[in-house]
Amino acid sequence: MMKRTLLIAAAVLGLSAPAFAAGETPVPPQLKWSFQGPFGKFDRAQLQRGFKVYREVCASCHSLNYVAFRNLHQPGGPEFSEAQVRALAAEYKVQDGPNEAGDMFERPGRPADRFPAPFPNENAAASANGGKAPPDLSLMPKARTYERGFPWFITDVFRQYSENGADYVTALLTGYEEAPQGFTVPQGGHYNHYYPGHVIAMPKPLSDGQVEYPKNEAGQPQVPETVDQYARDVTAFLTWTAEPHLEARKRLGFQVILFLLVLSGLLYFTKKKVWARVGGEVEGHATPPMTHNP
Amino acid sequence: MSDHPTTYVPKSAFGKWFESRLPIAGLIHSSFIAFPVPRNLTYFWTFGAILVFMLVAQIVTGVFLAMYYTPNAGMAFQSVEHIMRDVNYGWLIRYLHANGASMFFVAVYVHIFRNFYYGSYKAPREVLYILGVIIFLLMMATAFMGYVLPWGQMSFWGATVITNLFSAIPLVGETIVSYLWGGYSVGNPTLNRFFSLHYLLPFMIAGVVILHIWALHVPGQNNPTGIPIKSGKDAVPFTPYATIKDIFAVVVFMIFFAYWVFYMPNYLGHADNYIPANPAVTPAHIVPEWYFLPFYAILRAIPDKLGGVIAMGSAIVIWCFMPWLDTSKVRSTAYRPLYKQFFWIFVIVCFLLGWLGSRPAEGWYVIASQICTAYYFAHFLIILPVLGFVERPLPLPNSILESVMGVQKGGAGIPAGANAEPHSKG
Repeated sequence: MMKRTLLIAAAVLGLSAPAFAAGETPVPPQLKWSFQGPFGKFDRAQLQRGFKVYREVCASCHSLNYVAFRNLHQPGGPEFSEAQVRALAAEYKVQDGPNEAGDMFERPGRPADRFPAPFPNENAAASANGGKAPPDLSLMPKARTYERGFPWFITDVFRQYSENGADYVTALLTGYEEAPQGFTVPQGGHYNHYYPGHVIAMPKPLSDGQVEYPKNEAGQPQVPETVDQYARDVTAFLTWTAEPHLEARKRLGFQVILFLLVLSGLLYFTKKKVWARVGGEVEGHATPPMTHNP
Repeated sequence: MSDHPTTYVPKSAFGKWFESRLPIAGLIHSSFIAFPVPRNLTYFWTFGAILVFMLVAQIVTGVFLAMYYTPNAGMAFQSVEHIMRDVNYGWLIRYLHANGASMFFVAVYVHIFRNFYYGSYKAPREVLYILGVIIFLLMMATAFMGYVLPWGQMSFWGATVITNLFSAIPLVGETIVSYLWGGYSVGNPTLNRFFSLHYLLPFMIAGVVILHIWALHVPGQNNPTGIPIKSGKDAVPFTPYATIKDIFAVVVFMIFFAYWVFYMPNYLGHADNYIPANPAVTPAHIVPEWYFLPFYAILRAIPDKLGGVIAMGSAIVIWCFMPWLDTSKVRSTAYRPLYKQFFWIFVIVCFLLGWLGSRPAEGWYVIASQICTAYYFAHFLIILPVLGFVERPLPLPNSILESVMGVQKGGAGIPAGANAEPHSKG
C-alpha cells in the first residue's frame, strides 16, 4: 500500500513521465455530421447502414451492452419498424431462466432484450483477443476524444463542436496504414495513424466492399461501399447508441431557450417599469475624478 | 434579520393571532420586502440570488437522480446509463445536475471576485464573508464526491488521487485515508460513503447559506461605491426593486445554463468518465473538473507532497484572513487606482493557474505553475497589506446618491411620490 501511495503521489506531483507526448498523435479531421449543430438530427438511412456494419463487422468482438433491440425502433434512432425489430431480435439466442425446474434455458430474443454480448465474460473476451478485452461500444464516441488545445477549446463552445469523439472514432477506423520506416510494431499490435502511441491491438476491421449496402433502382449501392463510408456510418450509429436522446435534447433545448428569451424580455421591461417609480435604475458609481485627496 | 424594525402589520385576525405566536411573516417582511438595498447595485449583486437558485436546482435534480441511482461499485455506472436511456427525461435531469455543478461554480466565482473587487469582505462584513468561504469549501467537497458517483474512470482515479492527499498528513494521514476509503483502496465502501455524504452536504450548505444571509442582513449589502447607506435616498426597498432585478438575472443565467445542458452537455466533463471504473487501468492524464484546476495547479507546483497539500489548502484558507490582510481604508476598487491593476493581474494569474492545472505536470508548465503560485500568495501576503499604506485612493463621494446621480442630475434624488419609503438606517 505504501508503494502504491508513493506511486500515486509521484503521478500527482508529475514526477512520472507521461505515457506518450500528446504532440505525436495527429489531429483527426473534422467531418460534417447530420447530427451536429443546434438543429442536428440523425440520418435514419445512415443509422440503419451503420447498424448493419456494427452487426456484420464489429459485433463479432464488441458488445453493445446498454442497447436493447427495442431501442432500434424508438423515435430519434434508426427507427426500424416494430416488425423488423421483432424479427431481428428473434434471430438471436438469449439465455433466460431459471425456469420452474430451476434450469437456465435459451430462447429467441425479444425486443425488450439487450444485445447479447459476443463473449460470456471479460476474461473470455480477453483470452480470445490476445489478452485485452475489446471495449463495449455503447458509449464509444462519448468515451473518446482528442486534445483540442488553446484557443480551440474556447471557440468550440461557440460553434457547438461536440463531435470530437465521432471524428476520432472515424479517423481511427480509417487510420490503418503501413508503419513508417524505423517504427517497430510489437507482436500482436497494428499501426494506426490516429491511435495514441500508434500501436493498437485491434486489427484493421473494415475493407472496401465488405458490407453490402441497400441498392437504388439502377442496382447500384445508394452510397459507396468503401472503408470511409462504413466508418462514417458506423460512427453515426454509435453516436446514437451513446446518446439515444440527442434529437429530443436539441429539440427541447431550442424550445426552452426560446421560452427563456421571451420570458427574460418580459422581465426586463417589467423591471424597467418598476424602477421608473424611483426615477429609473442607476448602477455602479460615477467615474471618480482622477485627482487625489490632498 | 432582526436588526431592522419591521413595519409589518398583520391585516387579518388570524394573521395577528399567528404573528403574536410565530412572527415569521414579519421576519420575511423585514428581510425580503422592506429590507433597504443600495440603489446603485449592479448585476454583479444578482449572483447571490443566482446561487440560491442553483443550490435549489441541484438539490431538486439530485433528489430525483437518487431515486434511480444505485450506489454500488458494480452497478453505479450502469444505473447512470439507465437514467440516461430508459428513465423518462432522465437524460435531462442528469445533464441539469452535472452541468448545474459547473454553473454553480461559475456563479460562485463571479460572486467571490465581485466581493474581492468591491471590498465586501471588509469590516463590518468579516463574519458574513468567512461564512461564504465555508460555503465554498462545502461546495468543493460536495462537487468532488458527486463526480465520483458515476463510477467512471475519472471518478475512480480522481477519488484515488484526492483521497491520497490526506495521507500526506503526518501521523494520522494513513488512518484518515483508510477511513475515507472504508478499506485499503478506493472501492465499494468509498462509493457508499461518498453517496451518503453527497446527499448530506448540500443541506449543510443550505444551513450555512441561511447564516450567510442572516449575517448579510445585519450590516446590509455593500455596493459599488463601497460607502454605506447614509439616508433613505440611498436605498430602495428589496421588494419590488431587487426582487424583480434578481428574477430577471436568474432567468438570463438560466439561458446560459440551458445552452450547456442542451447543446454542450459533455463539454465540461471528461470523456474518460464514460469508461467504467477500472482499478487496473490508469488514465493517461488524471485531471479534476475545471473548477478545481487552479487549486490543482498549486498542489502540483510544490515538489513535495505534504507541501503541495498545505499550499492547496492555504490557497483557500488565506481568503479568511483578507479582511485583516487588506490594510486599505477604502472598500471599493473603483477608488483604488493602484489596487485595480493588481486586482486584474490577480484575475489573470487565477486563469493561468486554471489552464496550467489542465496541462501535464512537465517541462515549463511546472515552472509557470510555481511562478503563478508564488504570485497568488504574494497577492494576499504582500500586495494587499502594502498597498493600503502606499496607495493614495481617489476622493470618495459623500453618499451613494451623490455618486450615481448627484453631479450629473443636479441632485435630483428620488422624485416626489416615489414608492421608496425612507428608512431610518441602513
